[in-house]
Parts: sequence; structure tokens; C-alpha cells
Amino acid sequence: MSEELLNLTAAQQAERIAAGEISSAELFEFWRERAAGDDLGSYLWVPDEAPEDAGTLPPIAVKDLFCVEGVPSTAGSRILEGYRPPYTATSVRKLQEAGARVLGKTNQDEFAMGSSNENSGYGPVQNPWDRERVPGGSSGGSAAAVAAGTAPWAIGTDTGGSIRQPASLCGIVGLKPTYGAVSRYGMIAFASSLDQCGPLTRDVTDAAILLSHLQGRDPCDSTSLGIAGDLPLPSAERLDGLRFGVWGMEEPGLEPGVGEAVNATLARIEELGGETQEIELPHAGHGIAAYYVIAPAEASANLARYDGVRYGPRSGNGDLTSMYEQTRHDGFGEEVRRRIMIGTYALSSGYYEAYYGTAQKVRTKIAQDFAAAFESVDFVVSPTSATVAFRLGERTADPLAMYLSDYYTAPIPLAGLPAISIPCGLSEGLPVGFQIAGPAFSEAGILDAAHALERSIGFEGVPVR
Amino acid sequence: MIDRDQVLHVAKLARLKLTDDEVDRMAGELSTILAHVETMNELDLEGVDPTSHVVDLTNVLREDVPRPGLTREQALEQAPDAAEGGFRVPSPGAT
Repeated sequence: MSEELLNLTAAQQAERIAAGEISSAELFEFWRERAAGDDLGSYLWVPDEAPEDAGTLPPIAVKDLFCVEGVPSTAGSRILEGYRPPYTATSVRKLQEAGARVLGKTNQDEFAMGSSNENSGYGPVQNPWDRERVPGGSSGGSAAAVAAGTAPWAIGTDTGGSIRQPASLCGIVGLKPTYGAVSRYGMIAFASSLDQCGPLTRDVTDAAILLSHLQGRDPCDSTSLGIAGDLPLPSAERLDGLRFGVWGMEEPGLEPGVGEAVNATLARIEELGGETQEIELPHAGHGIAAYYVIAPAEASANLARYDGVRYGPRSGNGDLTSMYEQTRHDGFGEEVRRRIMIGTYALSSGYYEAYYGTAQKVRTKIAQDFAAAFESVDFVVSPTSATVAFRLGERTADPLAMYLSDYYTAPIPLAGLPAISIPCGLSEGLPVGFQIAGPAFSEAGILDAAHALERSIGFEGVPVR
Repeated sequence: MIDRDQVLHVAKLARLKLTDDEVDRMAGELSTILAHVETMNELDLEGVDPTSHVVDLTNVLREDVPRPGLTREQALEQAPDAAEGGFRVPSPGAT
């Protein structure tokens, strides 16, 4: 049975439950044993037993930064070691109500700050395609678990690429919804104007199912709108009449093998009846610069709450200020401290306009670039990542090189737009991701286009699960 | 370029203790990162409105009805040092 289950999508497993061919309790236990046996570092917590009511859907792996009542939720940080929240994030609650139980909490870069999962306070994650390589980040545990078959599906969060880039590097599907499509309530905050929750799955249909359960307005998040209209399951087989604007194929950092896989995908778009044309996004190249002001600035404010008073460990023995300073030094990892410093500097007196103010204007220009592009095309497509999965340790010594890993992904959340990454082929035996972005709240169209391409590509997952 | 004094000033604003080694390393890393950030200055941004938020929303209100929040016990349960129904902290003036 086990071999067979590993080859089914989550949607197919749900059908088996509905048909009475397997009980949800048996299915949960199967996945619980898989998760407990994970040796890639994907999980930070797995329950000891199946819940009394195992629901009606396959269980879901949840990135550690989602608060789940009574379950360790640390956002990958030592400063929240042992924290068990008194409430559950809206997104997780909605999946529970839909019938999915929490399979475990997945490893991540600390507070979602990273592109390799090497910034976790609890150790790195290995890429199941090649254990000497990173799974991407920050949702690296969720991506590795789905790719390796230790979870049927997962959720993560994306701020500058944290769903799409690990999905790309692990050869799975990752969707970042439009800002406001899914409630952020109960997500431990990184950069509040950018953070969005979304699915990491085996295929496009599973991503659509999760999004349909996740999306919606939530009174607890005043920025949430939900997606208006229906979100039907994707069914397109063709791309007739659809126009795809291609961006970023001339970037010097683009690996040739990645470029080849993406070009082959562009040829498939044409075969399926779609049109491709090169487009310019003149300010997208400044996306990383703007992102690495805005995100750290917001983070420096959001992370002010970790002070050793209300939760988490406390260190230092002296007065109140030295307790704060020592607790934050000991609890935060190196990258988090670096971002707090960048953000605090960018917001400090005399520098605010030059950095934060400028970055917000660049953000406007990037959003205008996309708006102009969508006047002549339906989607903007590109590689998700300029490279395949890099080696563990390869970029840790150079923070800027690591930041540039988000080159293709960061402009999209700056404009608040939705985008998906689907696996489109291999380069040097490692997966390549193809990114499809669309106008705000065009998730149904993106999923349909991705579905048609997925059928054509016929990507097979990691060879050994 | 960011020097040691600036690093120490910002660290103080952020309530972040740094060791001597960390101050030196941070000065170098922040300088490199900010040099990249400053490439934004190549752009003509005259008259461009800043985006603080991508969703066009104003005045999102909820009904003003009371509802239960966390109990005092729940709020204190995760604290490293809870005492007498509150969060106990070192005195601001302790030495």
C-alpha cells in the first residue's frame, strides 16, 4: 500500500478516503510515520499519535511560523524555543475545518529570513534530490517534505520568494497568492506588507484545492480580502489565445541549464496555442535593493516584541535594558540580527527618506511596470530562480549573494501580485522552476495555465522517495 | 560606509547587544549591503508616490461588540518569569 500512496496526489488520497478504500486515521498514521522517519531535517515537530478525529483530507505539514494552539511554534528561532501559542492561525484553522489535520511543523529559515533554510535556529534542511544541497528557503522544510514524500502537501509563507524558490529548488509546485487573498492572522510576522500564506504541493490541482480552503476575508486581519468569485479546480489542457510576457532571460546570473529548461517551456506554451513575447520590467532589477530595505525595516519593528518578557527564554542579569539586549543577542541568529540592524538603520533619524522613502517609491515603479505589462500580456513568466539548488554553505559567507537568490521572485510581492512556480525540467539532474505571475486576484487563470503546462511537461518527482 | 560607532548606535536603538567581533563584522556586511541598496539612487523618482501598502483599502471596521480575549492565565502561561498576576522583569535601575 505504501508505495502506492506515495505516488498519489493529495486529491487522489482524499478520493480514496471518500470511497472508503482507506480510513483517514490509517492515512494519517501512514504519513505520521513517514514524517517521524524524515532524516532531511524537514520537521521540527511531529505528533506522537493520530488525533481522535483524523478528518476527511490527507494531513498537512505546516511551516513552523504558523501558530497552532498548544503545539510548539517557534518560527525556526531560538528566541521562541518552547513557545506553545494559546491560539491557532486562521489559515491552519480553515484547513482543519476543511478536514485536514496538522501532520507536523516544518523547518524554516529563522523568522522566514533566508533563501536556503541554513538560517534555521534548529539546523539546516537537506535537498532530497542531492543531500549536499539546500532545499531553498525560507519554507525549505515544507518543500523538502513534499518532494521527499514525508508529507502529502504543505503550507508555507512567501515574503520575497519563500514559497516559490524552495518549490523550484525541490521540484514541486508553490503558489504565492495575491496580498490579501489569505489571512495573515496567527502567522508570526516578518514583513507585514509582503507576507502571504500559500500551498506547496505535488501538483497544480492540489495547490488549487488548498488555496480554495485558505482564501477568504478574516475579521482578524483587516488587510485580508479573499478572492472574489469562484475558484474552480484547474482543468485547462490548452493555452489558446493567452499571451505570455517573458522577462529576465538575458540576466548574466542565469545558469545556462536553467535557461534551456525555461526556453523549452516557452516552446511548449506555443505548442499549446499560447503566444510568447519578450517584455521589459525596467525597475524589476532594483527589486532586491528595494526589498532589502522594506522587508528588514518592517522586520525590525515586528521583532521588537521579542524581549524576554512575555514568551521565550530570557538571558542576562543586570538591569532591564541589559536583559533586553542580552536576550535578543542570544535568541536571534546571525541573519536575523543583520536584518534588524539594516532595518533599524534604514528607519533611523536622518536616513528614513534616503532608504525607506526611496524604496517605497521604487516599489511604486515596480508595480507600474507590471501594470503596464498586463496591458499587452495575460501573464508574466520567467525562471523562478537563476540557479538550481546550490550547495550547503556555498552562499552563507556572502549575505548579498544569498539575497540575490530572490532576483526573480522579490519584485512580485513588492507589487502584491500572485505567482506560481512549477517544475519544468532538470538541469544537471536538479529541478528547474518556471514562474507564472498574473494581475492581482488572477489565481484561477494562473492555476489553469499552470495546469495545462504541467500536463505537457510531465515532470516526474524526486527519483528516490 | 558604516563604521563601528554607527553600528553601536544602531544596535543600541535596536536593543541588541553585539560582541566586539560582531561589531566589526556587522560594519563590513552592512556597508556591502547598503552599497547595493544605494543603486536605487540611479533611478529618477521625482514625483513618484511611495507605496506603503499594495491593497487599496480604507477604514476597515468591525462591529463594536465585546468578545472574550485571552484569560490572564493564558497570557502569562508562556512568560519566562510570571509573578503575582503579571510579568516580572528586572528593575530598570538595577546594577
